[in-house]
Amino acid sequence: MDASARRAEPLVTATGIGVMRAHRWLVRHIDLSLHAGEIVTLIGPNGAGKTTIAKLLLGIMAPDEGKLDRRAGLRVAYVPQRLAIDWTLPLSVSRLMTLTGPLSDAAMSEALAAVGLEGLGNRPVQVLSGGEFQRALLARALARKPDLLVLDEPVQGVDFSGEVALYKLIGEIRDRTGAGILLISHDLHIVMAQTDRVICVSGHVCCEGTPQSVAESPEYVRLFGRRTAETIALYRHHHDHTHLPDGTTVPAGGHTHSHDHGHKTEPTDAR
Amino acid sequence: MLDDFFIRALVAGIGVALVAGPLGCFIVWRRMAYFGDTMAHSALLGVALALMFQLPLQLSVFLVAAVVSLMLVLLQRRGTLSSDAILGILAHATLAVGLVLIALMTWVRVDLMGFLFGDILAVTKPDIAVIWLGGAVVLAALAWLWRPLLAATVSPELAAAEGLRPERTRLAFMLVMALVIAMAMKIIGVLLITALLIIPAATARRFAASPEAMAVFAALIGAVAVVLGLESSLNFDTPSGPSMVVAALVLFLVSLVPGLTRRTAEHEARP
Repeated sequence: MDASARRAEPLVTATGIGVMRAHRWLVRHIDLSLHAGEIVTLIGPNGAGKTTIAKLLLGIMAPDEGKLDRRAGLRVAYVPQRLAIDWTLPLSVSRLMTLTGPLSDAAMSEALAAVGLEGLGNRPVQVLSGGEFQRALLARALARKPDLLVLDEPVQGVDFSGEVALYKLIGEIRDRTGAGILLISHDLHIVMAQTDRVICVSGHVCCEGTPQSVAESPEYVRLFGRRTAETIALYRHHHDHTHLPDGTTVPAGGHTHSHDHGHKTEPTDAR
Repeated sequence: MLDDFFIRALVAGIGVALVAGPLGCFIVWRRMAYFGDTMAHSALLGVALALMFQLPLQLSVFLVAAVVSLMLVLLQRRGTLSSDAILGILAHATLAVGLVLIALMTWVRVDLMGFLFGDILAVTKPDIAVIWLGGAVVLAALAWLWRPLLAATVSPELAAAEGLRPERTRLAFMLVMALVIAMAMKIIGVLLITALLIIPAATARRFAASPEAMAVFAALIGAVAVVLGLESSLNFDTPSGPSMVVAALVLFLVSLVPGLTRRTAEHEARP
């Protein structure tokens, strides 16, 4: 198989998969595929089965019905949700990075540099800030040179400016490595700039498409409420006007506790 | 040299401590203290069955502890009772059944206190052989399991996603633990085995910057506690098990002295 055909072949394809636990379908009739170089965001309310779908694609869980195809020799890396490392475990950033497999020093410093944590290899993970810790997890995943990278709520415990920077970083990783990325998120408005395709789930796939089309779809509005949908529409409008040509739109500091969109993008506006 | 009972006790005790340290680290990291306690308590049932069916003592204890740990896993998976309640039931049920069976066997004379709290006088040359051979097996198994076990400790999902087998690792770990309990019972006693697993590991945490260093320190600290404990057991005519635990406790308290900890904390925080 030549390189381009291999590239066109999906990394994973799910056909009608479902998982049953305690006589209840957690998710069912899930059809989706993920290609190299693509960022797909799974979005949905709490308990919609986003993490379950991710676990199915990762092979941690086996589907009770349907078919799951993973490309032969697929290398995956995973950033799980809410990873808390107990204080009793003395773990440095570099030891965290070699958790599931050995790593050369060069590969380690390259991955740390890519996420902006150069020279922090010896730091205990317990003293890192929320954003630094998520970056360390990302560096760990990145160092595995994955074909498929799965990030479950990667911005938990990260403040707003950190969130934007982290999503920007995820976009850069895709551009540089060509990996397929599956993101799980519950806030569409921040991920939209980096996402190619959004899949909205609530036990099943409700709707699917570009961030804009999903945000405007009636299913999405029904799941998340009209206000959220309108905020996103507003954000998109706003965003269109403030995107700088060089792509540096990360707002600095300030207003990070606000959840109002107009406020969040203000610092960018002012530049 | 091994003709002297005290030397035999030292050799056996140090052998147990060297193994208990690294294993105890995992028990602390995985928050399995009560789990370990339950397996240790079941050792008395193993003693009763060994006497009843004239089996080798350590073999019987190992088998009972292994069966109890498997039962725990199965009961936890069914998820009807909380883990805590299951542990509480099994820990005390196995201990009580063991005590009742031993009491019913009026034809055997058993030093019950020796089994409950350890007895340095009871250590024989074959015991030493069992401890050092078993210890070598345990350390080899831990070295082999180290990476998957540590990865599964941090996150079983992460380990599974990236090609490790956390369930299998966990079962292997429990067999290793059953082996250590069978080895340690005579020296330290059923009721106090977990203390020798946990206290040196908790003490080592304050000086260690990596999981591997913590395991080595825990082994050494445990060995020092054994020597100090056995010395005082001999001098003050106190039971060997509690004496070793008190020695371990003293070392732990010394490690809490602020000057010692602050220096390590600063060292760790520096990149």
